[in-house]
Amino acid sequence: MKRERIYGIMAEFDSAQALVDAAKRTHEAGYNKIDAYSPFPIEGLAEEIGFYHDEVPLVVLIGGIIGGCTGYLMQYWMSAVDYPLNIGGKPYHSWPAFIVITFEMTILFAGISAVFGMLALNGLPMPYHPVFNVPRFSSASKDRFFLIVFSSDKKYDPAGTRSFLEALGPRSISEVPS
Amino acid sequence: MDEQYQITADAQDAPVIEPGHTFATVTEKISAIVLTRPASNGWFVGFGIAFLMTMMMLYAIGYLVLKGIGIWGVTIPIGWGFAIVNFVWWIGIGHAGTLISAILLLLRQSWRNSINRFAEAMTLFAVACAGIFPAIHVGRPWLAYWLFPYPSTMGVWPQFRSPLMWDVFAVSTYATISALFWFIGLIPDMATLRDRATHPAAKIIYGMLSLGWRGSARHWHRYETAYLLLAGLATPLVLSVHTVVSFDFAVGIVPGWHTTIFPPYFVAGAIYSGFAMVLMLAIPIRKIYGLEDFITELHLQNAAKVMLATGLIVAYGYGIEAFMGWYSGDRYDAFTIWNRLHGPYAVPYWALLICNIFIPQVLWIHKLRTSPVALFFISGVILIGMWLERFIIVVVSLHRDFLTSSWGMYYPTRWDWMTYIGTIGMFLAAMFLFLRLLPAISIFEMRTLLPEAEVKE
Repeated sequence: MKRERIYGIMAEFDSAQALVDAAKRTHEAGYNKIDAYSPFPIEGLAEEIGFYHDEVPLVVLIGGIIGGCTGYLMQYWMSAVDYPLNIGGKPYHSWPAFIVITFEMTILFAGISAVFGMLALNGLPMPYHPVFNVPRFSSASKDRFFLIVFSSDKKYDPAGTRSFLEALGPRSISEVPS
Repeated sequence: MDEQYQITADAQDAPVIEPGHTFATVTEKISAIVLTRPASNGWFVGFGIAFLMTMMMLYAIGYLVLKGIGIWGVTIPIGWGFAIVNFVWWIGIGHAGTLISAILLLLRQSWRNSINRFAEAMTLFAVACAGIFPAIHVGRPWLAYWLFPYPSTMGVWPQFRSPLMWDVFAVSTYATISALFWFIGLIPDMATLRDRATHPAAKIIYGMLSLGWRGSARHWHRYETAYLLLAGLATPLVLSVHTVVSFDFAVGIVPGWHTTIFPPYFVAGAIYSGFAMVLMLAIPIRKIYGLEDFITELHLQNAAKVMLATGLIVAYGYGIEAFMGWYSGDRYDAFTIWNRLHGPYAVPYWALLICNIFIPQVLWIHKLRTSPVALFFISGVILIGMWLERFIIVVVSLHRDFLTSSWGMYYPTRWDWMTYIGTIGMFLAAMFLFLRLLPAISIFEMRTLLPEAEVKE
């Protein structure tokens, strides 16, 4: 690429508390397209950057319902429709015996939906991402906390945003090339 | 008064994580085991022995495939010999991993963060060992896939009214969910290793396994939701798995099997043996890799208390079995109990009572609960006891049923022993590799335990 485009401006913090406070102030200052990075989950941080709608539970619910229906209907169709066998005089549609596998299939589908739904909503796997261009970002998986304002934000301007972030008292500030 | 002092002393002496650690030291200490610490001679010797045992298992299985299950001691009336004993034993051991990772997470027992990772690994490897047995026990192992409902040219479907079919679904669901739970727990730690690794191959491999994790707040939020939901799903699942395993027996009419106490007593026994295995692994690991700061006395004590509690539930189960043998008025049930106590397999039964009920009572003593050496040996005794329990349930119930004309004896052959000991080797070999290749303690969950992780609103 000839012309270097900027993905955003990133500020580095020392502690979880500093990151939460900075995220709160940045969001209150009217920045909407921001993100925060931390080496462990921080309670309430997602809300501070304006993330409220987590669709994972819905995905899991749908997965579980599909799994349960699949499990029961599979057994019903196989035992009562396609291949009816008389086992000890039990009815072909002996529903109590089908409950265990229905339950297991519910758990299986719901669990798979939880994992793959979470990954899909997060856009993972994504081996490359612009934030990895910042050398200091490797500490985000150890003991440093980062806040980024994306250049796509309406309020973003290179100098103004930088000085705003500097006022939050970060350890360092870097431009993230895209 | 002394007792009171003891309790407060416990609380002060054994923190979840020793003081003085920071995000950086926790990260370095755990990731160094994988990234920088050279493999010791001890590791190579241990892995070598475990590897040879695995080869022995493969040899025994290879011979089984050539000759058929006639090489084992199974005959009529004892058609379920070591294969089912070992299957139930291994799958029970796996249960502690899920209990620690899922149920203790829901109960907000934060001490679990130090031991959940390798307990989950233990679950996976134990389930892998367990899965071998039914597959090779079907007689023609190359057709074991017939257990699954797939559209075949034969136009037939499995028989879903049988608990054995339920077991296929329960165990394969359990294996899948355990693997997923383990893997998503590893993702953030893979990112840590990716960023710490210096070797280019390690960077690429851990980078791929991390799926590009970058610790975004949005990602963490969805991640935690998914993790919590998975724990909520794994909790009823783990209880259902050993319940379904117990149905394999309880739904049959054989005296000694046909009882309603089986599901809860199987689940308690599973957790009992599982915690014993957790301790047998944790005690040497924390010593060898210097992880006493993270796996503290608190963890050992808590595991010992869980063993004590579940051991008492198991003892209650034995008591109810004996009581029902008398109270039911069924002469065959009564004979089963008599036969256990005085029959040809009386020695294993008494050994079971000693291993599972009498010896573990020493865990009431505080000093032994906090002594790694004592706990290691008590755990070994419990694992032997729980194996004997399954032997009694499977073999002793089958060997003398309703008609004296159909009585028999079961003598395991060398192939039975080779397969069983071989799976222990496979389990240990997998554990050895796991310790060197993946972080044995969840790094990101350890960070959340540090005081500096606290955030005020």
